[in-house]
Amino acid sequence: MARTQTRKPFRWAPVFDHTILILGALFMLVPVVLAFITSSHSAVQIAREGIMFTPGSHLGENYSKALFEKGGFTATIDGMVMLKNSLILGLGFAIGKIIISMMAAYALVYFRLRFATFAFWIIFTTLLLPLEVRILPSYEAIQRLDLANTYTGLIVPLIASATGTFFFRQFFRSVPEELAEAARIDGAGPVKFFIDILVPLSQTMIAAIFIIMFVFGWNQYLWPTLITTDEGLFTLVRGIKQIYQTMIDANSIPEYGQALALAIIAMLPPVLIVIFFQSWFVKGLTESDK
Amino acid sequence: MAQVKLDGVGKTYPNGFEAVKPCSFDIEDGEFVVLVGPSGCGKSTLLRMVAGLEDITAGSLSIGDRQVNDVDPADRDVAMVFQNYALYPHMTVRKNIGYGLKNRGTSAAEIDAKVQDAAKMLDLGALLDRKPSQLSGGQRQRVAMGRAVVRDPALFLFDEPLSNLDAKLRNQMRIEIKALQRRLGVTSIYVTHDQVEAMTMADRIIVLNGGEIEQIGTPAEIYHNPASKFVASFMGAPPMNLMDAQLENGEIKLNGSAALTAPAKQDYTGPVTMGIRPEDVVIDAAGPTPFTIEIVEELGAHRLLHGRLAGHPFTVHVGKDTTATTGEVKLQINPDAIRLFQPETGKAI
Amino acid sequence: MKRAGFTSIWLPVALLLPQLSIIAIFFYWPAGWAVQSSFYLQDPFGFGSTFVGFENYTDLTANSEYMRIAWFTVVFTALVTFFSLSIALLLAVKADKVIRGAKSYRTLLMWVYAVAPPVAGFMGIMLFHQHTGPITDFFKALGWDYKILVDYNSTATAFIIVSVWKQIPVNFIFFLSGLQSIPRAVREAAMIDNRSGVRRFWDITFPLLAPTGFFLLIINITYALFDTFGIIDTLVKGEPGNNPMTLVYKVYMDGFRGNDLGGSSAQSVILMVLVLVLTVFQFRLIERRIHYS
Repeated sequence: MARTQTRKPFRWAPVFDHTILILGALFMLVPVVLAFITSSHSAVQIAREGIMFTPGSHLGENYSKALFEKGGFTATIDGMVMLKNSLILGLGFAIGKIIISMMAAYALVYFRLRFATFAFWIIFTTLLLPLEVRILPSYEAIQRLDLANTYTGLIVPLIASATGTFFFRQFFRSVPEELAEAARIDGAGPVKFFIDILVPLSQTMIAAIFIIMFVFGWNQYLWPTLITTDEGLFTLVRGIKQIYQTMIDANSIPEYGQALALAIIAMLPPVLIVIFFQSWFVKGLTESDK
Repeated sequence: MAQVKLDGVGKTYPNGFEAVKPCSFDIEDGEFVVLVGPSGCGKSTLLRMVAGLEDITAGSLSIGDRQVNDVDPADRDVAMVFQNYALYPHMTVRKNIGYGLKNRGTSAAEIDAKVQDAAKMLDLGALLDRKPSQLSGGQRQRVAMGRAVVRDPALFLFDEPLSNLDAKLRNQMRIEIKALQRRLGVTSIYVTHDQVEAMTMADRIIVLNGGEIEQIGTPAEIYHNPASKFVASFMGAPPMNLMDAQLENGEIKLNGSAALTAPAKQDYTGPVTMGIRPEDVVIDAAGPTPFTIEIVEELGAHRLLHGRLAGHPFTVHVGKDTTATTGEVKLQINPDAIRLFQPETGKAI
Repeated sequence: MKRAGFTSIWLPVALLLPQLSIIAIFFYWPAGWAVQSSFYLQDPFGFGSTFVGFENYTDLTANSEYMRIAWFTVVFTALVTFFSLSIALLLAVKADKVIRGAKSYRTLLMWVYAVAPPVAGFMGIMLFHQHTGPITDFFKALGWDYKILVDYNSTATAFIIVSVWKQIPVNFIFFLSGLQSIPRAVREAAMIDNRSGVRRFWDITFPLLAPTGFFLLIINITYALFDTFGIIDTLVKGEPGNNPMTLVYKVYMDGFRGNDLGGSSAQSVILMVLVLVLTVFQFRLIERRIHYS
């Protein structure tokens, strides 16, 4: 019919869909944008008026203070040190976890082991109990091993869970069997097969799990809070707690601007990684199924 | 190049399942042997035992003069082409082909020369720097062949190498593989479930069923003188017509009505299964046997007539010049082409 | 295990050793220790301990404060799970539907995943501030005398809003990938069978998403129970006082501030059992999930 062809009726459904999505995006975005805007104001201003909606003039000052001004009780720690510690925690956790869990998954999938089922259950029971549940005894263990205030004590206990192993086990099982067989006929032993074939084959998976683990490690809070009392080992996320604690302890005006700047700095690296490596990140998250 | 000797080789899994019953046969130097059978018949397990990918639980296997039961796959001097090709996805074609040589400690220059040779032989020259994901199915198949050829092995093993290709490519690769094997003269064992591949490629066919060898023979022997009902119905498309019948005084009685002359010198009396190939029957108005045509399949070069003979489903193969329509016709059956089997054991009489 | 596994003995043992030893030292030892000390009463000055059997456990159930916290945890978990799942589902369905800007929406809705819970909590401090917070102003405009850290419900509301905000991205990602894995042919068949988009959603899409939903339910419960620690600790500035708290926070307070090792360990064990039950439940669901696909 000519009439329906000449005038297409306006459809409201897409407008509705976009409205909901835009509202959702704003809900996620606005708090951070406000935090960023507010971080450009002076401490006095923020203490008086709270969240600011227009940019101020103290942006550079707050960020350089957050990064370079020595603070804390001992006045030895600045943002750069915390940034370094966060990187060490994020990278150390991600890399350590990937290496250890790839090795374990390889042993479980590719070898005929009498105790394989037993090892499997030993490892996978750890999936059941997050660190938060066993926080006190883990802390006690670290004290007894004299690992408090060390990077080892900070990183290694976090690795004691099977998420990575589970993930790599699933992936290795999906690798065609014939690949290992072809490699055996080509004269590759277990070590060669692992290094020449399996690791290169897992590149995407490694990248995906690396992102998840890096973010997880970087964002750790409870464990670093307990295990590091030495300010030289504070991470950014841990350092934020320090700032509001000095806010309570000292009766001066809290350094809000500086603290917000530090919060922005703390979220920037993981957020950028998640945004730029989005497809790997989504793959890692949805395929690992935690 | 080498002979292969299997002496009572069998495979029983730890759970007690006997995948391959002890079997013995020899493969001559340079011979192309096809293992054929339905899925689950044990043909792949047998091949994988020869390759060393599966433990041998009974008997002895020799390649050349050497018993290899406990020799590592890499040291058996065999090369294998897998069904899904098993190319290393992250390596270029060049590296894929050269990987086995590299592991043997061959020098880089020699690897390069050998890879070039193999690539030339298989027409892969232009593809050497591509990754497997950038290749078509047929090209991947060639790379898998190249990986086998470059090692200059004593024995080629093929595990259904063509089953992932479309029909046209499969026919073409069939001829290429056979030609290549002829040229190189390497002893080969080829596993397939496709009887056409078995017939066209083999010097000798080994038919397997239920973990047991049913028959060993040249394609012609297997086709014309099947050792059992199973072989008769598995080899040939359409398969041999099989009907229960009664043999009395050198005459075959179908359902008590139609009678046929049995092949020469039969003094056996009793129930039999009669087999006749669809092309060993002609339509002849003067023939003794009535046949009701129900469906005519037009295949261009020839026709298949499906219908019933004395109540049994029956197929007749006729040339393109013989016209046929549904309805009743008379058949002339060549008595020399009739094969008889014992109904219970299925063995040929 | 693979069909043609390697047969070496020492190599797999060596490969498993790092993982197994870390687990032994930092998982089984502490977990066992927790179970053990939950049966003892620790002397507050550290001079030994007395075996008290189940007393630490019975003390807890008799403790009205503990039961109040347990009840709050249940309500908090239910609300956080419900809101973060339903908002994420709505957004995922819309993001799956729109054609223009689909990728940008995806990015805008998932990046908060990478924000650390205490950072989220810190922004919460500013937004919910008793005198200067814009959300406080908003609630006051609605007629609610909103006073965070003073009024129980006000604090609880802040906990829930920040926790939901932080959890939406994970749910969104899973729902979206669940929606995108529904075969095109099924969607097209539904388009032909049913004119109404709403009916199509409830009859076809929602049942097909159910496995993802069940899985996320467990994930969200675990999140609300444990991963919200950083948010809560930041919002109450480490001094909960009379404010609401969750069970995990209570474990931390009793163990590290109150030095009640036995009581805290008993609480840990109770949480362990809770998680075990959840996980068994989850495994059964995952089994079902495999049947679906």
